[in-house]
Amino acid sequence: MNAATIFGLVASALVGVGLYGLVANPQPLRKILAFNVIGSGVFLLFGAIARRGAALGLGGDPVPQALLITGIVVAFSATALAVTVLLRLYEETGRTTLSSDAAPPPPRPEPPPQPDRIGA
Amino acid sequence: MMPDAFYVVPALLILALGVYTTVARDTFAATVGFIAYGLLLTVAWVQLQGVDIALTEAAIGGGLTGLLLVRASAKLRPTEGAARAERPGRPTRLLAAIMSGAVAAALALAVLALPDPAPTLAPEAIANIGPLGVGNPITAVLLAYRAMDTLLEAIVLLFVLIGVWSLAPDRAWGGRPGPRYNADPDGILAFIARVLPPIGIIVGVYIFWVGADAPGGKFQGATIIAAMWLLVMMAGLADAPPISRRLVRVLLVAGPVVFIAIGCAGVATAGAFLAYPDGWAKPLILVIEFALMPSLALTLGLIMAGAPERTEAP
Repeated sequence: MNAATIFGLVASALVGVGLYGLVANPQPLRKILAFNVIGSGVFLLFGAIARRGAALGLGGDPVPQALLITGIVVAFSATALAVTVLLRLYEETGRTTLSSDAAPPPPRPEPPPQPDRIGA
Repeated sequence: MMPDAFYVVPALLILALGVYTTVARDTFAATVGFIAYGLLLTVAWVQLQGVDIALTEAAIGGGLTGLLLVRASAKLRPTEGAARAERPGRPTRLLAAIMSGAVAAALALAVLALPDPAPTLAPEAIANIGPLGVGNPITAVLLAYRAMDTLLEAIVLLFVLIGVWSLAPDRAWGGRPGPRYNADPDGILAFIARVLPPIGIIVGVYIFWVGADAPGGKFQGATIIAAMWLLVMMAGLADAPPISRRLVRVLLVAGPVVFIAIGCAGVATAGAFLAYPDGWAKPLILVIEFALMPSLALTLGLIMAGAPERTEAP
């Protein structure tokens, strides 16, 4: 077994782990996280395939490697947009549930604490 | 057997952290796990001979995405209790596990059945690299063979920033993104935010510059510079600019506009959109890179800063 096969197999497992997380975790943020795990699995699989295309002294096929760089940046963009939508939803409703059962909205919450404010 | 262990150990650690990120009870812990996971993936990329990808993964995949998720999970902590009650029942989870396992198994079989010898475009990439004047074949792909991808990628980032801004509440439209950070001016954070940026900016520009011939490039460099800017903002040393400021908007679109203009000029001078006339490839690639880099750094920094939350007054 070479590096490409080993990481290819781990990549397949990561796609499975991410898919499970997407279904099993109810929090939207966990779903975004799981989506990123699936994404990194797909990237790693593609990277293993790029490694197999090594030729002429290059460590891998440069075309998929370049596409991977583009892919990682686009995955970050999508994640940033999804997280911002989620934070806005929380700001508006005080909840982040995706459940379709119409639970009564909770009383307007206190302004959410901002733990990332340093030292205040 | 030794070389195998060299690959198997990081591979298993990555898998273990991927599982931890998915099953950890606490969302904050899961996001911290994701950062470690991103850093370990960097090792995997180096072992797969993709040093350019390793740099991107460390800067964007683990770094920026990780920061975004950790910050969001800290903000959303009050919703954790309610979410636990929504956890699907055991039969659903079992079914999900079986289906995901089936997908993973199918992929694994495909990995084991990959054709040998593997198809590759490396010879074509190398054969045409001479006239381009760049030594790094990945840069050649990004800015010559598949320049369209890179153009669209820069525009996707811009669209995401517009999307993020459009989520601002009406009263804050045109104002400054994120909270105003007030760190202790004599504290360690403010100290680091004064000492690190000069070094970080040099590292960022270096990674950008060597991208022509060695692993690196504008996205990786721009991310490092954006990270330095975020550090300065989070230490309270500088405030985020109001998004209605004209200079900010001009800088944001300058890179893509130059890229599109050079692309259109290619129609007249070389017969195709984004084609370079003979002998002009290297200078034009440099112009595109120099124009894109500040726009990318600003776009990434502002995406991380988030939607406007305050009116324009500081």
